Amino acid sequence: MSYSMWIILTASLVGLSCGLIGVFLILRKQAMMADGISHTVLLGIVLAYMVTQEVSGPAMLIGGIFAGILTAFLVQTLSSLKVRHDASLGIVFTSLFAIGVILISTSVGNVHLDVKHALMGEITFIPFTTMDLPLIGSIPKATALLLLVLLVVIFFIVAFYKEWKITSFDAALAASLGIPVIFFHYLFMTLVSVTTVASFDAVGAILVVAMLITPAAAAYLWTDKLIVMLFLSGGFGVLSAIIGYWIATWLDTSISGSMALATGCIFFVTFLLSPKHGLVSRWVRPAELREEQEA
Amino acid sequence: MLSSVIHVDDLSASYQKNKVLNDVSFEVKKGTITAIVGPNGAGKSTLIKTMLGLHPKLTGNVSFWGNSFKAAKKKIGYVPQRGSVDWDFPTDALDVVTMGLYGKIGWFRIPSKKDKEKAMNALKKMGMESYAHRQISQLSGGQQQRVFLARALAQDAELYFMDEPLAGVDASTEKAIMTILKELKSNGKTVLVVHHDLQTVPEYFDHVLFLNKTVYAHGETEEVFTKDNIATTYGGDMQWVGKGDQYVIQSTSH
Repeated sequence: MSYSMWIILTASLVGLSCGLIGVFLILRKQAMMADGISHTVLLGIVLAYMVTQEVSGPAMLIGGIFAGILTAFLVQTLSSLKVRHDASLGIVFTSLFAIGVILISTSVGNVHLDVKHALMGEITFIPFTTMDLPLIGSIPKATALLLLVLLVVIFFIVAFYKEWKITSFDAALAASLGIPVIFFHYLFMTLVSVTTVASFDAVGAILVVAMLITPAAAAYLWTDKLIVMLFLSGGFGVLSAIIGYWIATWLDTSISGSMALATGCIFFVTFLLSPKHGLVSRWVRPAELREEQEA
Repeated sequence: MLSSVIHVDDLSASYQKNKVLNDVSFEVKKGTITAIVGPNGAGKSTLIKTMLGLHPKLTGNVSFWGNSFKAAKKKIGYVPQRGSVDWDFPTDALDVVTMGLYGKIGWFRIPSKKDKEKAMNALKKMGMESYAHRQISQLSGGQQQRVFLARALAQDAELYFMDEPLAGVDASTEKAIMTILKELKSNGKTVLVVHHDLQTVPEYFDHVLFLNKTVYAHGETEEVFTKDNIATTYGGDMQWVGKGDQYVIQSTSH
């Protein structure tokens, strides 16, 4: 497969897995948690590197899961101690990220792990580090990792579909029915973490937030059905990846930046045109109908 | 024969550092409809949540049919406050009602056709079948409350906890809900309702529990729903508006 095809495939995998996870981030009102975890996984990756002395997929995933759960746990603990929830998140993620930054620049600084790479990602270099898989053959390591994570994400969404729905919509009812709400909270944070870690190489810590939140926020405006929202969000993610690659080639600029820009464009178009909530449909709709709906 | 469904013994709970429930003890008999009344901040919702294990208790014991909540949860239905969920969630009325069955459906399985039928029947009972596929944000407040009630009916529980089901609903919804509650009672089910409107207590409920951090009075409505009990429970926070035999009470501190 050609060099640019690998990049487009990798970017699309980022868009797809982030788009799926993003739906539940939006519905569970935990979009800011994604921002937090996307930063703290840096600490997890650095710690994993310090333990194993290499940048390997599985170790990074485990480090990321550790950091994600640690973040969720600390935020929960702080807010139960009367610190406001948003403030707790602000305190926890910046502190853990800071530790990561300090460790990266003092103890582990090398070509593969530096702050700029961690923040922005470098999808251009992905096709150079390959591994061999049975049946598929030679595949970039980051792409393989993303593929694995995508399968894990899809598995968990499908297996616990009704549990995700009920814990997101009405956690109190879920708990009264005996569904382990706390368990699902941490499982979800784990999924956010692995998705973030896998997307790290490609788009970095900052732009992964755009991939997680914006396609899902756009999908939310198009539909009233959860299942449709999942497909739309995943689709918007992939579309952003492809448009982003195209913009980057055209302007000769950062691919990850262009992908994030593309998610923004999709959201903007949605905001104008979506049938139920869009600005245009609000203007076009007759006044009486509008009043009836807003009453 | 009337037997106790709920035993609450010396229950206390706090929100952060404020104790909101203190030494709450009472029993509820099978086949009764009990109103839990008290001023704002009296811990009415907290009481329900603590009994259902949704809020941690500090001391005390709650048992249902002599068992723990865990052993009894399949026979218990809960209707949270309408404002506790996001009505913009991408789902329709039928789907919300089906959620009441998730506990019985079990892991790794999706709702069957039979489950959907059950949910549809519950919607019909609340007069909501024509709204089954309406997105939930497109429903009025009263209709949303009916959906919540239908969800509890679909659970087919023996004991129901309802948190302010009549708050902010239209007259016809109030009527529909009360009809259902009476039907539940006549089928031998037990219902506990957090209620805010003292005027309708004698008409709707056969038992009253006065709560203000602790139980002030509890028993059959005819016996305990007195001016004295209302006055002690609500403290100085209210004024009387005399209207013949009717109690019209306005809370002065909101």
